[in-house]
Amino acid sequence: MDRRATFSNLWLAGALVAPQILLVIVFFYWPTVQALYWAFSTQPPFGGTNQWVGWQNFQQIFSDAVYWNSVQVSIVFAILSTALSIGMALLLALMIDRQLAGHKAYRFVYFWPYAIAAPAVGLAFRFIFAPDAGFVSAINQLAPNLWNPALKGWDAMLLIVIANSWKMMAYNFIFFLAALQSIPRGLIEAAAMDGSGVLRRARDIQIPLLAPTLFFLLVINITESFVDSFGIVDITTGGGPARATDLMVFKIYSDGFKGLDYSMAAAQSIVLMFLVIGLTFVQFRYIEKRVHYA
Amino acid sequence: MSKRILAAAALAATSLGLAVPAQAQQRIQFEFWYGLTGRLGEIMEEHCKRFNDSQTKYEAKCVGQGGYDKAEQNTIAAYRSKQHPTLVQIYDAGTVNFMLSGATYNAPDLAKDFDMKIDWSGYFPGISNYYATSKGQMWSFPYNSSTALLYWNKDAWAKIGKTKGPETIEEWWDDIRAMKKAGVECGFAFDYDTWMPLEQFSAIHNLPIATKNNGYDGLDAEVMFNKTKFADYMKDWKKLLDEGVARIQTAQTGKTILQAFTDGTCASMLSSVANHGVVGSTAKPGLNWGVTKLPVYKDFKRHNSLVGGASLWVLQGKSKPEYEAAAAYIQFLLQPKEEQWFADVTGYIPVTNTGYKAMVDAGFYADPKRQGREIAIESLTFTPPTAVSRGIRLGNFTQIRAEIRSELEAAFTGKKDVQTALDDAASRSNQILRRFEQTFKGKQLP
Repeated sequence: MDRRATFSNLWLAGALVAPQILLVIVFFYWPTVQALYWAFSTQPPFGGTNQWVGWQNFQQIFSDAVYWNSVQVSIVFAILSTALSIGMALLLALMIDRQLAGHKAYRFVYFWPYAIAAPAVGLAFRFIFAPDAGFVSAINQLAPNLWNPALKGWDAMLLIVIANSWKMMAYNFIFFLAALQSIPRGLIEAAAMDGSGVLRRARDIQIPLLAPTLFFLLVINITESFVDSFGIVDITTGGGPARATDLMVFKIYSDGFKGLDYSMAAAQSIVLMFLVIGLTFVQFRYIEKRVHYA
Repeated sequence: MSKRILAAAALAATSLGLAVPAQAQQRIQFEFWYGLTGRLGEIMEEHCKRFNDSQTKYEAKCVGQGGYDKAEQNTIAAYRSKQHPTLVQIYDAGTVNFMLSGATYNAPDLAKDFDMKIDWSGYFPGISNYYATSKGQMWSFPYNSSTALLYWNKDAWAKIGKTKGPETIEEWWDDIRAMKKAGVECGFAFDYDTWMPLEQFSAIHNLPIATKNNGYDGLDAEVMFNKTKFADYMKDWKKLLDEGVARIQTAQTGKTILQAFTDGTCASMLSSVANHGVVGSTAKPGLNWGVTKLPVYKDFKRHNSLVGGASLWVLQGKSKPEYEAAAAYIQFLLQPKEEQWFADVTGYIPVTNTGYKAMVDAGFYADPKRQGREIAIESLTFTPPTAVSRGIRLGNFTQIRAEIRSELEAAFTGKKDVQTALDDAASRSNQILRRFEQTFKGKQLP
């Protein structure tokens, strides 16, 4: 049975949604159209006369090894930080759900990192992981030059992955916890009475029942790590060393705002947009099939 | 209840609305955006305050933008949405963008329209040549000006029995190696900033960075730094790094070159004279340090170094009173008294000969606290500027700096051979230049 609220008065309905539509048009569709126009022309920094250049901007991007490097870096970053943030959040949520001692306090503080602005997170992590002066510099006292994100690409990548996951973990945690708490206690208790341990219950009951949440978070985390990782990169590594953390979104920023080449940046953001659309499509098409909504 | 709050808010709004025009009648306001940050940013604020306190007719509203590059970006974004300031501080590398923008009210026009008293020939030639158009006019007013110097730790050098900083690069390398044997772990700290090793180095060796006289003669210039002595210089840096006598110091490693120098970790660094004041005030107690002109390779003749820093641009689209106020502000900054105050608290050099003479006469440079600052002027005026030691005028130079920086990172971390990295940087820089030329198709450098 399908019950729906319907409006017989279309004008009223239209008036009610108009503000929202207007917002979406002004802040989403209009800039997208503008970006499309810029992507096919050259836009001088101070504005003025664009020249139509057709596909030239795109050709230039796709023939640029540095661009492909940034695609690769972005993919690595997305996979690592999604895996880490979802994994850690799941672990924490399972622990809290078991109501171990002090769980209320933990539940309260685990959400905090998400409320911190990305540049602040970046600044904190830059300080913690600074090879000469940070807390982690103790490692370098033991093994000189083991950790140096200013010189080693992988260290820098690890640094932004950890910083980003730390922030995203908080977000994921809330979703996992809510989902876990909606699993009927009876199921878990029954399993416990049948003699299954904590890990077994998590593996056979809780995680399968979390599948819809897991899928939702997967989509959100991957999208976020592609489009919303700018703040952390800008503060911690600035895309370096030697472009090892030059994520696509950071490259758009540096080409557009630092390089004042708005057209090239627009073309790149169009590519990024299609990439994210494509990824989301793939996830819905292939992964969602394996998700069972209760 | 909520009605009462609304009423109160409305009342507050009207009273504010009344207050603002009343104030505006008293003083003509104009906005000035600056890029300097940290202590230097505070000094910009103070300079504004000095102007506001010095008279009652105008009021400068000074807004920091959090960095030179941000000041440029924000100004451009603001200009596009017509929210821009009247006056803005733009760094050397942004000069071309503003010259071609069509968005500026050029200095000679402003000076003429508002009867400013400016002695155009009184500027140091090294400064005026850098900013001048092909017709020899400056479109912006040079403001904070600096040049690069070698900062050296006298205590470290004393360990190898020397009391003078190195004159040549060869001597400098020998000193660094000798100091290592004498127990100085880090003889030289550097980062990836190209201003010292590429731009200043090329100027004092009279080497071109790009064809067409470093771009002054046209937008179709091509970079050529990968084929000059600069490449050898970078190979030397890499060698010092591999030998463990020099170090890379950036904010990411935890200490910038400045911090590594002032806390005594590293014995030398290349930096702007603008940091002279900061080094003096942050050096650990008892640190003996000095400055000297940038060393040159011994088979080269020394030339003048480049001016760095920023100039003040006036933008189009503002009202006449605002321009009048901005003109008054610029005139104020050019007074010898103000030039001296600014030079004193920062380390920047005065931009005019008259300002400099007044300071010398007043015994400014004799004060031990400022010892060494006159070396900056000596370096800047060492020879009359040549066609290439005059400056650099390349489109989108900020991005070119960024490309070189990335490639130097690759070279210094051992991912690439130094020459390959520089060749790659050059070819990417040329792409940027062609792109710039295309974006400004049909336009010519003034």
